[in-house]
Amino acid sequence: MLTLLGLAWRNLRSAALRTGLNSFALSLGFVMIIFGQGLLEGVNRQAERMAVDYDVGGGQFWQENYDPYDYSTLIRAHAPVPAGFQPLIERGEAVPILVVPGTVRSAVGLMPVVLKGIVPGQQVVKIPSAGLDSGNGLLPVVVGLRMAQMLGVSAGDTVQIQLQGPEAQTVEVKGRVAAVMRTPVTTVDEGQLWLPLDRLAELAGLAGQATLLTVRPGYPRNKLPAAPGWIFQSPAVLLSDLRQMIGTKTVGQSVFFVVLFLLALLAIFDTQVFSIFRRRREIGTLVALGMTRGQVVVLFTLEGALYGVLAALLGAVYGLPLFVYLNRHGISFPGGSSWGFALEERMYPVYSSGLVIGTTLLVLIAAAFVAWLPARRIARLKPTDALRGRWG
Amino acid sequence: MLNMPDNNLIVETVELVKRYPMGRQELVALKGVSLRFCRGEFSGVIGPSGSGKTTLLNIIGTLDVPSSGSVRVLGETVERLSPAAAARLRSRHIGFVFQTFNLLPVYTAYENVEFPLLLLGMGAQERRRRVMAALEWVGLADRANSRPAQLSGGECQRVAIARAMVKEPALVLADEPTANLDAENSHHILETMQKLNQELGTTFIFSTHDDKVIGYLRRRIRLVDGRVAADETG
Ligand SMILES: Nc1ncnc2c1ncn2[C@@H]1O[C@H](COP(=O)(O)OP(=O)(O)OP(=O)(O)O)[C@@H](O)[C@H]1O
Ligand SMILES: [Mg+2]
Repeated sequence: MLTLLGLAWRNLRSAALRTGLNSFALSLGFVMIIFGQGLLEGVNRQAERMAVDYDVGGGQFWQENYDPYDYSTLIRAHAPVPAGFQPLIERGEAVPILVVPGTVRSAVGLMPVVLKGIVPGQQVVKIPSAGLDSGNGLLPVVVGLRMAQMLGVSAGDTVQIQLQGPEAQTVEVKGRVAAVMRTPVTTVDEGQLWLPLDRLAELAGLAGQATLLTVRPGYPRNKLPAAPGWIFQSPAVLLSDLRQMIGTKTVGQSVFFVVLFLLALLAIFDTQVFSIFRRRREIGTLVALGMTRGQVVVLFTLEGALYGVLAALLGAVYGLPLFVYLNRHGISFPGGSSWGFALEERMYPVYSSGLVIGTTLLVLIAAAFVAWLPARRIARLKPTDALRGRWG
Repeated sequence: MLNMPDNNLIVETVELVKRYPMGRQELVALKGVSLRFCRGEFSGVIGPSGSGKTTLLNIIGTLDVPSSGSVRVLGETVERLSPAAAARLRSRHIGFVFQTFNLLPVYTAYENVEFPLLLLGMGAQERRRRVMAALEWVGLADRANSRPAQLSGGECQRVAIARAMVKEPALVLADEPTANLDAENSHHILETMQKLNQELGTTFIFSTHDDKVIGYLRRRIRLVDGRVAADETG
């Protein structure tokens, strides 16, 4: 085996230019895959951190009728806050949120919205609910930046809010935008108005009730109180949608990297086909010298696998400094909102050792595999034909 | 020769037939060849082009199998050997010399000669000693570090002979070893092989239609159209 490896290495060295080009092409694909995956992981982590801060917290209890994807459930999705939660709420470790459907009229027109009542001044999630304490008699409202743009309002503007009252009558109130929050998390922004919990509950006739109970980030799960009629959604579950969404958005990008990688593999495949054809007399000689055809297949496969090794080394030479730099200084990321959520202006890609090692293994295995595909034919080549310089 | 004891018998072919399918018909390259070669012979298969010389040598060298008939090489029945066993037999006991030299282009002369020993798994020291000795035999010790591209045809063939001889095989098969060489180089390599045959007792079987080679042979087997037409010693 060592003899074969030495011979394979020497064969590659004797064609230094072609070896260099092939390895470089492969290393590009290799580095790009790690780069792309690291970026995706960075985006994921940033998005998750934001989602936890603004929305998910340490998990949420959902009133059993609540389905955030079905607007029609909102009218029934509320229940009195379970008694076991009162101490947590008082200690500021959980916050009740009441969700009811409504409409809002602004200069732009009428639109259906989700009204969310939250305790003013709470610290469990990053919603700037302090603003909900003010209002000068008008109902104070906090909206996200996207929602403010949709409504064409800014802080201080008034909006007309309608919702269903205690006797199913339509209640209409005037609200004033107390604050516009800049948040990258769309699930607390688009299509919703944040109101003081007590005022919303009073208007809807749902005093003491809530739809969601959000626990502060990091709250130990085994200390959560029992809540019959409420369903606990762990952070992992709540974030899985997000991960999936980011995954789909990045498929397009990944395709590019994969194509690049496949092209590099194709170059190796080509080189192999050509090299096996050109060296058939050599193949016959190796068999005459006492190698089995199986060993010759291994030899040619090793040559291809060595491209992978060279690509990994080459990739490390320029890839590692690049990754370390990006990991420290981040990468500016314009147009982040096209991801379905806004990102901070600087992205910090995350290059885990698992990613790097996994990709390296992938490159080695893929290179050996495409080298082996054409090399397989050697096993069926008759040594006598090979020595005559022919294919059977 | 025929009444030599059996343990001196190195190669024995019995009614060897080799057919090649050629479309609908078939070409019969060997039509019942029965021959015996004994230890230390310096013999050659001679005959016109297409008479089956290479085919016969390839079968004796376990690179091919007969369509019918039987071959015994060093006590092994070739047509029954597994590919791995045949490879082992070649690796240990059979050396090849080709018309086209067939050196590995990326190896130096030294490394080319060393290669069969690496396949045998021989230790580094023993390898070095043997390679240098083999290069001495062919008079190329000073070109050990040259690559085939830097050597003349005659020198390449001498390296190839060193490569075939380095493991001191029982049998060397040389298929038209002088066909690509000029007269002077032909005589040089033939003298080298004759010397090795005498000093080491190695059995040589040539295939040739070169009169220079024929002049050195102690036994000439004339093959005509796949049949043995004459077998003369002396
Ligand atoms: N793989 C093959 N397929 C078909 N026919 C073959 C094959 N190998 C050899 N032959 C044919 O078998 C016959 C004997 O070939 P062989 O190479 O043994 O002749 P040779 O005596 O060595 O000739 P030369 O002196 O030209 O080398 C020839 O007619 C040749 O065309
Ligand atoms: Mg021939």
